[in-house]
Amino acid sequence: MSEAKEYKYIGQRTIRPDGYDKVTGKANYAADLTLPGMIWGKILRSPHAHAKIIKLDTTKAEALNGVMAAATFADFPSVSNEAIQSGEGATDALDLGRNILARDKVLYHGHAVAAIAAKTEAIAERALALIEVEYEVLPPVMDVRDAMKADAPLLHEDLFTQGSAEQPEKPSNIAARHEFKMGDVEAGFAEADMIVERDYYSPTVHQGYIEPHACTVNYNKDGQSMIWCSTQGHFDVRASTAKLLAMPLGNLKVVASEIGGGFGGKTTLYLEPVALILSRKSGRPVKMEMGRDEVFRASGPGSAARLTVKVGAKKDGTITAMKSTMAFEAGAFKGSPVMMGCMTSFTPYNCPNVYCEGFDVVVNKPKVAAYRAPGAPQAEYAAEMAVSELADKLGIDQIDIRIKNAAKEGTQTIYGPKLKAVGLVECLEAARNSPHYQSALKAGEGRGIASGFWFNVGGQSSVTINMNPDGTGTIVEGSPDIGGSRASMQMMASEELGIPLNDLKPIIGDTESVPYSQSTGGSRTTFATGMAVIEAAQDVVRQLKERAASLWNVTPEQVEWQDGVAINTAGEDKMTCAQICAKNDKTGGQITGTGNVNARGAAPSFAVHLCDTYVDQETGKVDVVRYTAIQDAGKAIHPGYVEGQYQGGAVQGIGWALNEEYIYSKDGVMENAGFLDYRIPLASDLPMIDTIIVEVPNPFHPYGVRGVGESGIIPPLAAVGYSVGNAIGANVTDLPCSPPRVLKLIQGKN
Amino acid sequence: MTKIHVTTSINGDETEFLCEPHDTLLEVLRNELGLTGTKEGCGSGDCGACSVTLNGRLVCSCLVLGAEAAGAEVGTIEGVGDADKLNVIQEKFLEHAALQCGICTPGLIVSAQALLAENQNPTEEEVRYYLAGNLCRCTGYDKIIRAVMDSAETMRGEA
Amino acid sequence: MAVVEYQAPQSLEDALSILKKTDIKSRVMAGGTDLIIQTKSQTAEPVRVVDLKHIDGMMGYTLDDSGLSLGPAMSCAEFTEAADIKAVYPGLVEAAYLIGSTQVQGRASVGGNLCNASPAADTIPALIANSAQCIIQGSQGERTVAVEDFVNGVGQNCMADDEILKRITIAKPVTGTSDAYLRFIPRTEMDIAVAGAGVSVTLDASGVCTAARVAIGAVAVTAILVPDAAAALVGTSLDESALAAAAAAASAAAKPITDRRGTAEYRTHVVGVLVKRAAKIAADRVKGA
Repeated sequence: MSEAKEYKYIGQRTIRPDGYDKVTGKANYAADLTLPGMIWGKILRSPHAHAKIIKLDTTKAEALNGVMAAATFADFPSVSNEAIQSGEGATDALDLGRNILARDKVLYHGHAVAAIAAKTEAIAERALALIEVEYEVLPPVMDVRDAMKADAPLLHEDLFTQGSAEQPEKPSNIAARHEFKMGDVEAGFAEADMIVERDYYSPTVHQGYIEPHACTVNYNKDGQSMIWCSTQGHFDVRASTAKLLAMPLGNLKVVASEIGGGFGGKTTLYLEPVALILSRKSGRPVKMEMGRDEVFRASGPGSAARLTVKVGAKKDGTITAMKSTMAFEAGAFKGSPVMMGCMTSFTPYNCPNVYCEGFDVVVNKPKVAAYRAPGAPQAEYAAEMAVSELADKLGIDQIDIRIKNAAKEGTQTIYGPKLKAVGLVECLEAARNSPHYQSALKAGEGRGIASGFWFNVGGQSSVTINMNPDGTGTIVEGSPDIGGSRASMQMMASEELGIPLNDLKPIIGDTESVPYSQSTGGSRTTFATGMAVIEAAQDVVRQLKERAASLWNVTPEQVEWQDGVAINTAGEDKMTCAQICAKNDKTGGQITGTGNVNARGAAPSFAVHLCDTYVDQETGKVDVVRYTAIQDAGKAIHPGYVEGQYQGGAVQGIGWALNEEYIYSKDGVMENAGFLDYRIPLASDLPMIDTIIVEVPNPFHPYGVRGVGESGIIPPLAAVGYSVGNAIGANVTDLPCSPPRVLKLIQGKN
Repeated sequence: MTKIHVTTSINGDETEFLCEPHDTLLEVLRNELGLTGTKEGCGSGDCGACSVTLNGRLVCSCLVLGAEAAGAEVGTIEGVGDADKLNVIQEKFLEHAALQCGICTPGLIVSAQALLAENQNPTEEEVRYYLAGNLCRCTGYDKIIRAVMDSAETMRGEA
Repeated sequence: MAVVEYQAPQSLEDALSILKKTDIKSRVMAGGTDLIIQTKSQTAEPVRVVDLKHIDGMMGYTLDDSGLSLGPAMSCAEFTEAADIKAVYPGLVEAAYLIGSTQVQGRASVGGNLCNASPAADTIPALIANSAQCIIQGSQGERTVAVEDFVNGVGQNCMADDEILKRITIAKPVTGTSDAYLRFIPRTEMDIAVAGAGVSVTLDASGVCTAARVAIGAVAVTAILVPDAAAALVGTSLDESALAAAAAAASAAAKPITDRRGTAEYRTHVVGVLVKRAAKIAADRVKGA
């Protein structure tokens, strides 16, 4: 569909259309809306990691002067186990409700127990202290290995392991077992000349978005409600809230504010249903904001994981078998991304014998949420570390072994389909030819290389383009913009219409103004919503040609559209878009184009990263001295924002590899619930992040687009981890490579 | 608790407000004065999203009491650039795609402006260390640093 | 603590008379970067904040032949911009410069860092290495306390509720003296010190160390002066074995805890490394100058 051609806008570094508001502070985020009569909501949170709620009484709190409402789980109409669409998978409504407000048990320190709305934040906070709660404290389960033991304290009496061989009789903390296999791994290992088998660990981490969760809501007496919140999926917020509060979908309008970072963590919800209950009971608009420590303790971090990986290869580097057994922490309720870990672990490799087994395990930590390519960073970290070690033991170059065994078009994946055209080999070759790879390491430095794979998704998006009488137009789409995607929508529409970029203004409509669109995630926006934009723009072009035809008294087939101008092939006439639109009221009314897709053909984006680190051997401190992120974008609509995705993913991965982790006391209380001690990378910690955009077009998108948002977080864990090990001459297995751990590895060698 | 009456100057405008003794300058800006361009990311001085200038000094407004603004000059993102024109730093941020979600951008622009007011020719390292207190989770900082260096070059007339 | 009242006295006398009130607790405030974080809870003990920044003498400094006389509430930003102070006490300035971000520097102060008395405070080892003196004003009059005796517990200093630290003085160092401060953190900025070391050395014309003071931080309940580490340097030309001996003495004196910022063994090891490196930097400064 698309060949290498000269585009007018596609591939340019345009100024994003929402940029002015962002650099002036005018853009409105979740906490920026105030409504008349608004009051403040606050949440009481559990002081215990695991306990039964024996008594919960808000009477005294409600009697405090200035308090206008209280909410507990009892305020949810009966919630059943049905699935609600949420983010990249279905969510159990009962689990969601019990996470938002605890029912009979608190399952993590910080678990929401009750909420108060009052005239000021200060009064609300004082009222929380008057809520009477009696707990029966239970022993917390804080580690996946402990949770899987037969005698472990159980979080849920009604949780039985799905996917086990026999029907389980007793409840368990193991929510599910997954198994994926191809070929015969044992035969494959028997053929191998060299085998590496190791245990790996990746900790609980947080997406670290700088904007805490917040919302302003209003419940009218006639049942019509409005939620203003930052979210990656406002239709999901509507679906989940309506389900929990037993409201018709049509009564609930959700407006997506600008969003200050999501990375998957804002594909679910915490505050909105609670705020709506408080608004209904008080008759006032209610604003709720999470403090930073609440974000850490009580939103949805990324899963901790323990993995055992075994890989085998022949002397010449042909990989003959790959196996991974992994257990992921789901937090307080089932649903970690362990299945996606199984599906992605070894997908960069064309190996016929692969086996993955994964366990979804509940522990007394906050329920995990998606974090950028959920499940893949942990799983592919372990796989890449093992492959790198295998290469070193065989004396084979890191890139050579990956090219030799690279997944290509036609490679069978472990999760079912064969890969279509993909760009892994191209990324590996770009890595080999890069100035970074060609450069020599200095004393004390080490180098790591790693691949990354993520499927990317398509899904439903709807777009309308409403043309104005002066030939300008509005692109109304439903994908909250988490990274600058509006720029790409504008570019794709302008490319199709041929009219100037700034004549088309992209906006994100609320749930009442735009037809259903799936949430922003899965690297789907430029791909799927882009397809809907293109379809809508082509619909506008078709209608413009029809109107021109009627004005010229010719048939639409006799009208061509070129560079924003209608050309009468039966005569000499031309008409611009503006000229046609000026007469729309006479030719049939204002023009609206629609695009409605359930996009298929989302193509994976492979990534390859190179990392050089310097390790101070006396302290174990690691400095990243050079970093290159290479990734296949298919077609980079806006190269600046594509590079930005590569760099942002790389730096999140660097933080994950070096210093980020949830640190817990033995009572299950998080000890570093703030940006002081949850250490994300700073500007001074990093060098420039060099990028190389590889373009192997996706044949299923009009411009060849592949989603790029997620793959970039996968390679850094092993690129950094292996680099550190290479610098010190030891095997890194546990993340993060914080200085005490690295020093221990150094001292262990001597 | 009696509210405190404060007279101050915000972006050159004389301003009065009432606040509780415990209110921070950040809370006053956002909740009393409707100046929501300054953001709360952490409330404890660790992220820089609330950066403003106080008597010309770059500070975290979440670590200043509203009462302390009395008689002082406060500079917020709303005061950057002119009524009809973005300033160089704002332009360069857009040109370099130095923002994705944009939540850290107001704090970063205020901070970059403070840096370039005192050092017109910073090295890359100086820029990175000066801005170490401004967390960004989306960009990995690369394009932000480039935008600031380019702003400096332009302001020196060397671009 | 919950702030229920704010006062900004214009003189030390006014401040002291406010502190004498017993209706609610009073807390003095300089930059506020620690205090405001400690006052976030609405349900905690009510407190009156007494802002010291409008009092003459709390904010400026003098530097002359007798040494440095420092207003304790002067912001680190201003303190670290003073080239004349940096020329004489580079280690103290670099310690003050490490406190927090540029934004925190705009408010935080050396005096506030000292009075807040965190075991990991960056200025304290450097103040100790420089034999700083704390001039305290109370209703009973003025008294002077050596900085190594000023802090007496985690978050606790030796002042009574109605006393204020009004000045920090440091004698002019003898010729051939310089200092350095190093801290270890996992990132490059923003972190609380996992271990810290402040060292002052005096070298004679041939490069032999004739005097030294070594103080370590973040490895005990308070920062501590380590006479054994200094003794290991005196009489030597700070060669590898002298530095190693100083490091070992520092590690031996350390009594750290294990917490979210580091394990006890890690801190014990690293503080020795920092003492070695800081001593070398201080010596190089003497020779370079």
